[in-house]
Amino acid sequence: MNSESTPVSQPETPGEDPGTSHLTDPTFLKELRVQMLKFATLQLRDEALAEDAVQEALIGALKNAASFNRRSALKTWVFAILKNKIADVLRKGSRMIEASRLLRDNEDEENLDALFDTKGFWQVDERPAAWSHPMKSVKNDHFWRVFEACLSGLPENQARLFMMREFIELESNEICETLNISTSNLHVMLYRARLRLRECLENRWFNEGERS
Amino acid sequence: MMNCQQATRLLSDAQERELSLKDRAALKFHVMMCSGCRNFGKQMDTLSDIAHNYAKGSDSDGAVQRSDDERHE
Repeated sequence: MNSESTPVSQPETPGEDPGTSHLTDPTFLKELRVQMLKFATLQLRDEALAEDAVQEALIGALKNAASFNRRSALKTWVFAILKNKIADVLRKGSRMIEASRLLRDNEDEENLDALFDTKGFWQVDERPAAWSHPMKSVKNDHFWRVFEACLSGLPENQARLFMMREFIELESNEICETLNISTSNLHVMLYRARLRLRECLENRWFNEGERS
Repeated sequence: MMNCQQATRLLSDAQERELSLKDRAALKFHVMMCSGCRNFGKQMDTLSDIAHNYAKGSDSDGAVQRSDDERHE
């Protein structure tokens, strides 16, 4: 609450508004860039494309930076712009996963089957547990490291579809059209991604430090 | 009765599409009796919330706290 109107490094320009000053604070800007670049590269798998998207997003953000006086609000805004840039690139399909490769992504099916017994019920030690206050975790840096590790543990195509759907928030039908895959194919891939991701988060976070 | 594999698939699909009345009824019945799938269902929403937070650049540095911290006008 109290930090709301305390611009961080305010040099000799007292009239400058706080939002802009976040973007001129080299440390903040550097960290933000690194985080954005990581996010964009994860989804575009191409450093140059990611650089471009980040650059454009930052320029776009500068124009509106004046309307933010909290770093977190500014950050949300910058990431929203970045998401749009990434969505544009994905839609153009310049870096698309070929559908044929998607369909071949079956390597983990056996693995997932092991979660269930022969009748399709949870194996006793795989049964999902209750997560207590899961959204507290989003403020924890260590949680995000675990999350990233779990994400990169997914088969590549599952991870990318999950990101297109849940990070960039493209609609299902948009993803299917762009990638030329069927809806049921997409749904099955998302299902597998979620099965794995929740298992990983439970084993490596919610069952570990979080629970006392 | 529907098994857990089918139930979890529907719980994931529910994030993507409207389930049929029949599926919803069968799922409701299954989830009532199965704590694992009940937890799984809640986690589908949590996973989505977590992903949205991640895509907002959330971290401990003034963690993005949803609604109260959006654009302030």
